[in-house]
Amino acid sequence: MRSALIALILMICSAPAAVAQTLQPILQTHAVEIAKPSRRSVGEALNTITRSGVPQATAFLEQWSKKNIWQRDDGVFLIGVADGDILTLTDVDTQATFSAPKSNYKRLKPNGGVRRLIGTALVQFQLIDPDLSRREAAVASIARRPEAAQLNPLLTSIDAETDPALKVRKIQLANFLSALFAKDPADRIAAINILSTDTSIESRAVLNQILSVKSGVADTQPKGNIAAIHNPMDAPDTYYAALVNEGLAPAKQTAADIKRALEFNIVNGRIAGFSLALMNDPDTRETAYAVLAANGLVPALITDDLRNTALNEHVFYDLYDEPNVDITAVAKTALGSVTSRVATAQVADLTLDALSLASIFFLAAIGLAITFGVMGVINMAHGEFIMMGAYTGYVVQLFVPNYTMSLIIALPLAFAVTFGAGVVMERLVIRRLYHRPLETLLATFGISIALQQIAKNIFGTQARPLTSPDWLAGAWVFNDVIQISHIRIAIFVLALMFLGLIIYILKRTRLGLEVRAVTQNSGMASSMGIDPDRINMMTFGLGSGIAGIAGVAIGLYAKVTSEMGSDYIVQSFMTVVVGGVGNVWGTLAGATMIGFGQKGIEWLNPSNTLAAQTYMILFVILFIQFRPKGIVAQKGRAAGD
Amino acid sequence: MKLRSTLLSTLSASVLCITGSAALADCADPIKVGVLHSLSGSMAISETTLKDAMLMLIEQQNTKGGLLGCELEAVVVDPASDWPLFAEKARELLTVNEVDVIFGNWTSVSRKSVLPVIEELNGLLFYPVQYEGEESSKNVFYTGAAPNQQAIPATDYFLEELGVEKFALLGTDYVYPRTTNNILESYLQNKGIAADDIFVNYTPFGQSDWATIVADVVALGEDGKQVGVISTINGDANIGFYKELAAAGISADDIPVVAFSVGEEELSGLDTSNLVGHLAAWNYFQSAESDANTDFIAAWKAFAGEERVTNDPMEAHYIGFNMWVNAATEAGTTNVDAVRSAMYGQEFPNLTGGTAVMLPNHHLAKPVLIGEIQADGQFDIISQTTEVPGDAWTDFLPASAVLKSDWKELGCGMYNVENEICVQLTSNY
Amino acid sequence: MQNKFITKNPSVLLFLLGLSLFTVVVSICSEAAGTSLISTSFLKTLGKTLCLCLVAVAMDVVWGYCGILSLGHFAFFGIGGYAIGMWLMYDRTKTIVVASLENNIMPATPDEITDAIGSQIFGVVGSSDFPLIWAFSHSLTLQLAAVVIVPGLLALVFGWLAFRSRVTGVYLSILTQAMTLALSLYFFQNDTGLRGNNGLSGLQNIPGLEAKSQATLSLWFFWASALALAAGYLLFAWMTSGKFGSVIRAIRDNEARVRFLGYHVESYKLFIFTVTAMVAGVAGALYYPQAGIINPAEIAPIASIYLAVWVAIGGRGRLYGAVIGAAVVSLMSSWFTGGSAPDINLGVYVVKWTDWWLVLLGLTFVAVTLFFPKGIGGLFDRLSRKGEQT
Repeated sequence: MRSALIALILMICSAPAAVAQTLQPILQTHAVEIAKPSRRSVGEALNTITRSGVPQATAFLEQWSKKNIWQRDDGVFLIGVADGDILTLTDVDTQATFSAPKSNYKRLKPNGGVRRLIGTALVQFQLIDPDLSRREAAVASIARRPEAAQLNPLLTSIDAETDPALKVRKIQLANFLSALFAKDPADRIAAINILSTDTSIESRAVLNQILSVKSGVADTQPKGNIAAIHNPMDAPDTYYAALVNEGLAPAKQTAADIKRALEFNIVNGRIAGFSLALMNDPDTRETAYAVLAANGLVPALITDDLRNTALNEHVFYDLYDEPNVDITAVAKTALGSVTSRVATAQVADLTLDALSLASIFFLAAIGLAITFGVMGVINMAHGEFIMMGAYTGYVVQLFVPNYTMSLIIALPLAFAVTFGAGVVMERLVIRRLYHRPLETLLATFGISIALQQIAKNIFGTQARPLTSPDWLAGAWVFNDVIQISHIRIAIFVLALMFLGLIIYILKRTRLGLEVRAVTQNSGMASSMGIDPDRINMMTFGLGSGIAGIAGVAIGLYAKVTSEMGSDYIVQSFMTVVVGGVGNVWGTLAGATMIGFGQKGIEWLNPSNTLAAQTYMILFVILFIQFRPKGIVAQKGRAAGD
Repeated sequence: MKLRSTLLSTLSASVLCITGSAALADCADPIKVGVLHSLSGSMAISETTLKDAMLMLIEQQNTKGGLLGCELEAVVVDPASDWPLFAEKARELLTVNEVDVIFGNWTSVSRKSVLPVIEELNGLLFYPVQYEGEESSKNVFYTGAAPNQQAIPATDYFLEELGVEKFALLGTDYVYPRTTNNILESYLQNKGIAADDIFVNYTPFGQSDWATIVADVVALGEDGKQVGVISTINGDANIGFYKELAAAGISADDIPVVAFSVGEEELSGLDTSNLVGHLAAWNYFQSAESDANTDFIAAWKAFAGEERVTNDPMEAHYIGFNMWVNAATEAGTTNVDAVRSAMYGQEFPNLTGGTAVMLPNHHLAKPVLIGEIQADGQFDIISQTTEVPGDAWTDFLPASAVLKSDWKELGCGMYNVENEICVQLTSNY
Repeated sequence: MQNKFITKNPSVLLFLLGLSLFTVVVSICSEAAGTSLISTSFLKTLGKTLCLCLVAVAMDVVWGYCGILSLGHFAFFGIGGYAIGMWLMYDRTKTIVVASLENNIMPATPDEITDAIGSQIFGVVGSSDFPLIWAFSHSLTLQLAAVVIVPGLLALVFGWLAFRSRVTGVYLSILTQAMTLALSLYFFQNDTGLRGNNGLSGLQNIPGLEAKSQATLSLWFFWASALALAAGYLLFAWMTSGKFGSVIRAIRDNEARVRFLGYHVESYKLFIFTVTAMVAGVAGALYYPQAGIINPAEIAPIASIYLAVWVAIGGRGRLYGAVIGAAVVSLMSSWFTGGSAPDINLGVYVVKWTDWWLVLLGLTFVAVTLFFPKGIGGLFDRLSRKGEQT
């Protein structure tokens, strides 16, 4: 610590001390570790470099962790930047710059673990560096690897910190470090108490580290800060295994052990008097073993009684690593209060995830809510319209490199493309099949396989990149538990907008009125001067166009492949049917139910997402059997099939 | 060809010496090499590349004068990513086209489909993809990585170099991730990682909803331990996963992710600028620096197109094909049994430097590479081990630890060393 | 009575004659007969095609005759395959395990044997404990029964629930599709205990018949498939011909009217749905030992839709139409995707059939639905009518 401070002072004053001013010789003494560094062995080299007091050390370490150090054939280390086959090299000491071909040099590639250590070594230099980004790097390094020695430099750097956000962060980190490493227990307790309202993962990590325990077993209860005493009868076999591990009891024989012991004791083709042929019965094996044990040929079988006796003779305990009882008690209380806050936050986060999933299902299904729900046309190629929208987004990005701009172009373009495709399909195929719904299903399925294969032929089967602009790329972070990515929020907003838009169109516009008229009674509508063909075409186009926009959104959040449509099609139909056909609100209800249902099942069994999907579909099937008209059932004549 | 196999190799060699250039005329039938890779369906994108690689290798060999004085002819069939069709096409290759060797398959299920046919008809298959191990067939040479050549070294890297103390094993729900994760769970527990510190999750193929799972992984850090993710997520699902990872702002410095199924091609489906530093483990990366690799990449680009990339299974085929050529030359015949005997101990230089050796358990000894993702979608190799011998039966699961595969000395792929019994001669398909 | 039935339905006799002729010709040309004009792999393809024809006939009855567009019949087909596959895997593995355990010093306990079989079948992916679903896998009789009972039971329960709630038309189609999806996802899960994505493999090796060559076994399975198709065809032709047939056709044309006439529509539909599911199960049980492997991808929703495609192209409402559709489309599919179809060079673009076959199939399907709702079978009708006129 002191030497580090001295180094620090030396750095600041840049005193022309008599110590070596050249870094290269120091590097050469550790050439092997520097050229091929490993997390476990690099520490000493790093120590020597940081303690040397050579001002060039900081720059060297920074360049090293950026993989910009090259080693010449003769072992000399240089800072270098490659451009093709030519290297622009800088001497680590003289800063002289020159060029050389790459072939005589080897690039040093410290791995992630070493880079983290370099970061820690740099902390003392960077913490008060005038450059903000360096100070931030130092703080990030402390957060990743908190060490006792960092506490004082961090505390002293807080006052001089000019950046307000970083200052807050420094204070927070100083608090973590105090809770862990402060000398005075009172300081630690004060710091721990502050943590009890902090739900961040780092703060929980600090508390858990203070509360870390070692499990052990002994004849009598040991002295020290005991966390818990266990009752071995809760899980006798596990605790007995612990006893065996400690060498305090003989291992319990397994069936294989018994078998091996028996085979070892075959005398004249018989074991303990039993013929070998009888050994296909496990009971005989046990009896034979007991006979052998009685004769002292094999160790006695550990029965449950023997096991329990051994267990009762020992104490199984958890011992805190922290000796101070007061500190662990405070930390435990703090962790308790944090945990309950976290649990609440997790419920909120799960709700958010479910809401997001529901909005994705809704977005995928909303086009269907119009074509299937309102018009009663079943369109199996709906998924392919989603796919077409996503590919439109991809193609636009090929031509418009600005992601924001390309998104602004892609959304209406995707609508136009799929609107067009929908209109064409309606005119060529669906119009001829209005009274044969089953056949519509089949014909549109034919279109679906053709479209999917055409997409494969054009774009290949590999997924294509569709990248969101920076402002959509991050996540909205409420705290470490509750957060949701911007793209999901965007999808949620988009879904709400579409809901509003469609309800507005259907209920408040002329088109909506005509659509409802045509749906309810086409003949009557046409006699009132409405052109049902045009209305059907427009409605179908609208539903398809919305699918295209949904495609862009889904592509941004997940992937763009030719098969993405088929991932959503069955799900989307179920959403519409569960919600209740003929009603956009029903689709909303269906999406909400499926989204929340799926997240709920996932929460019950977090290690198997596939099971959640399976059981959700089963639930939906059963739900429809018992409520065939869906959640929001239509009443009256319109409900007729 | 069948006639040739019955001749003594010395005799045929002397005949060849006498007739000299007339040897090619001697070959009324060229030597047939079956290529059994899907050219359509979901696996086409991965497998078509391998078909092209095989065509290139065969063409190169023919310009070098063919094999045993005969020309090589590729017989390409398309099993269309349809698993039963793999068995049908393999039978067709062996009985109708009468090929001498087959290079093919990608997925485990397609291999399991082909196995009984290959074993029944005593064919020879070179399988080029990393897989879950726990299998040894007399008729298959596994030129891809076994778990101990990819998963175990990568886990060691996590433990030793990155100091990871808590593991999230995320995988797609099929046999490769399941088996690999089982092995890793057992391995990690041997290394002193508590069972509570291992989080396992399985998702379906093409999973896109990753928010909850990423949140679960982040939450693992709440006891202050360093968390690392070992991903056996397959194919397209990776895109959603990495996008969610980037959105959550998880850098490789906070929670490193090492993937076993993500190569240069998978990365082309997304923007990698937010993923710099995350890892992948393979036996080969295109960015490997060696003369052989430079030549191979140049030949590949000349053959298939400038924009094409090379990958790990291609290197496996490169090694496998050359070993087969050398073994057949040594044996003086392409007869399956003779070639198989000649395969053991075959050595061939890797594209990444060092030498691959064919072991009696039909696996290769190959180096293991770990690469960091770069902003340009390529990998920066930061760790390279010496050659690791591939192990058919893992040492880290009690049931397989007692099993050994040795087709040379023991003549058995599933030999129980404990009671010295050959469990079975066919493979466990 | 039988004679009357045949004379009323000459097409049945014609079909059976054609089928037997086909079987005889194929048998003579097979490798097992020594002529080797047809390779074993093609013989297997033909045998599998016969099974597909059988399930297509079942599909035709449920859709073409009764008007229920089920998008789930391939799931029943798959269940049949799984049911027989479990026995095949269990028994084959048992033989291997017992043989290897005989070398042990001590005879193995029954638990040791089942454990060894379990760890062989499930590998390291599962435990050596058998999941409950394998409870009957040791018995050929029980698994053969499962081939018909499990699909039948599933169809019965599903159909009862659906028909009782008057779920009809496209709703029912979507629901059956959801059922298929749920089932394939369920089989796909490793925890289910059916080896997940790898499925059951090596099914072409029949326990107890190891000495027989695949050429012989394939021929036997081909015969069995032909026999099953003939029996199924006869059964369905008989079912659809009499009064019962008239009722179910009436249900297709106007369900409400039949109900008002006093028929219990739900029972008729349920009966048809269940029987066809059972036949589909039988077809599957014959198909997968010839294919060699079954995995969950086989019962993905798309497979059932293709089944509908075959029937539609072949011609709904006529049994031979379904047979023609299944045979023609599935054989053409394998020819076009097999890479042996010649590419068409258009000068600027080379049409590769591996890439464009599905586009062609999709568009053909649209065209058939729009312009030839009677499919290929419709052409036959027209021809025979012309024949009558002249």
